[in-house]
Amino acid sequence: MELNYKNLLPFESPIAELYKKIEELQKMAKSGKIDLEEETKMIAKRIDVTRREIFANLTPLQTVQIARHLQRPTTLDYIGQIVEGFEELHGDRNYSDDPAMVCGIGKIDNLSCVIIGHQKGKNTKENIARNFGMAQPEGYRKALRIMRLGDRFGKPIIALIDTPGAYPGIGAEERGQAEAIAKNLRAMAELHVPFIAVITGEGGSGGALGIGMGNRVLMLEYSIYSVISPEGCASILWRDATKANLAAAAMKITSKDLLELGIIDEIIKEPLGGAHHDLKQTAQNVKKTVLNNLKPLLSMSSRELIADRYNKFRKMGIFAEA
Amino acid sequence: MTISIHDFFKKKKEKSNQPPRDKLDIPGDLWVKCYSCNSTIYNKDLEAALKVCPKCNYHFKLSASERIYFTLDEGSFEEINAAIRSRDFLGFVDSKPYAKRLEEAEMKSGLPEVVVTGEGTIKQWPVAVGIMDFGFMGGSMGSVVGEKVARLLEHALTRKIPAIIFSSSGGARMQEGIMSLMQMAKTSAALGRLRENNIPYISVLCDPTTGGTTASFAMLGDIQIAEPNALIGFAGPRVIEQTIRQKLPPGFQRSEYLLAHGMVDIVVHRKNLKKTLVYILSFLDYKGS
Repeated sequence: MELNYKNLLPFESPIAELYKKIEELQKMAKSGKIDLEEETKMIAKRIDVTRREIFANLTPLQTVQIARHLQRPTTLDYIGQIVEGFEELHGDRNYSDDPAMVCGIGKIDNLSCVIIGHQKGKNTKENIARNFGMAQPEGYRKALRIMRLGDRFGKPIIALIDTPGAYPGIGAEERGQAEAIAKNLRAMAELHVPFIAVITGEGGSGGALGIGMGNRVLMLEYSIYSVISPEGCASILWRDATKANLAAAAMKITSKDLLELGIIDEIIKEPLGGAHHDLKQTAQNVKKTVLNNLKPLLSMSSRELIADRYNKFRKMGIFAEA
Repeated sequence: MTISIHDFFKKKKEKSNQPPRDKLDIPGDLWVKCYSCNSTIYNKDLEAALKVCPKCNYHFKLSASERIYFTLDEGSFEEINAAIRSRDFLGFVDSKPYAKRLEEAEMKSGLPEVVVTGEGTIKQWPVAVGIMDFGFMGGSMGSVVGEKVARLLEHALTRKIPAIIFSSSGGARMQEGIMSLMQMAKTSAALGRLRENNIPYISVLCDPTTGGTTASFAMLGDIQIAEPNALIGFAGPRVIEQTIRQKLPPGFQRSEYLLAHGMVDIVVHRKNLKKTLVYILSFLDYKGS
């Protein structure tokens, strides 16, 4: 079996311990030529049980760590698995091409779609190139251009969301980060085609919502969706960024909580240990759930689709009225 | 009997039962210190100048009622959806429970929520108007702000009258979690309907307007007006400074900076704001159904 501790998170240390034991047993087996297969099997079983236990009792902040895992599949990973003949389309036609936002066309199960999504990297070099998945205004404008391409030519839109947030920088402000996101929100409400948004990792605030107003909003099991990062919330409301665990719990940011709140429509199952343990399986789950949710939308008229989307977001909000 | 000036002011303060109007450092009710230039201003002069410092043109933040008083025809404002209240549906507790914060905000601002919405006239031109009051929890947008703004826009649509929103907001209300984020979607979608039906929307950006409020209805005006020197942005300046680890350029995220970068149509001194709105309203020429 593969002993990969590198990808284990701090809270998975009991699993790392068991991995070490297996490693020791394997060494002993090699040197002493004794058969320790039974013992190894038992420990492997214990790893499975321990992992199930850990993942059944994840705290919200642990879920955040999985959602941000450096090896977590990215938009291009999913595209590679589920989109046939993906052709990336570049640029916002105004300023530049934002590598933190990937857009293009292709087929999912023989259905022509436009695909947009934030793109993170898997190491420092890639992350610098992709700006850690934090899009600039031109990223949002490119996404809008491609959404409108789908809109005009009758192709469904699939958005894959994975961003810490829209980039907070001088240039981003100067070029209208707020305006770009606001315009996307207004425009997404008016799209005539089916639109599915999937939160695959981090759903970071306005940067996530900026491409996320789907007729259906789906969420991978261990992804998060939040108005502000737990650290940001903690440093403002608790005046202490180390209280992120409290903020993460208080804000209700996990897929389970958001399903209960009616913010998302369906949770997409992840393999045990998280999406990064099995990209193929996760991608298949994503594909299947997206197609299932797309099906009823495909038979709706554009007027119905717009009304469906409008009503979905119009209803969101909890308040009292005398 | 002689009393010291200090006691004189103290007595006055005790007598007044009204909640403090603003965060102003007001000794009694007579004098105000300008936040910007520190000069002492006779309060009546400040009121007469629409709460703009006569010395340095600093625009004091206005409460919703002051904004209504300074902008709309006297007695014309009729509030709508006044009975919508926030609820602590997440049971959110940071250093204080959200429910307690709401109570305190109401005590402090004299308002039940951030935004006041309704219909009124400006020099006889009918408008659907929303005013955000920064004094209530930093003008933060939760479910109630989103709902009241959406209903206001729907009201404008039904009545076929222009909508005007005066924004002043620190952004989304964290105590409502993701639900506050969704208000951006809700209000922007409602603005889409106005746009589709050619109902004008004027956004007036007041100090400060940041975060989710900027990234939704505040930046979607057919005409974007900013009060001078208002802080307007997506991310707050501190967040940006921490992210990029360099000093921000002078005037960054202020109205005039946004004007220079093409993000607002006009920057208008408060003394000319009503005149400008009247001009735009007469240009648009929407008299209502």
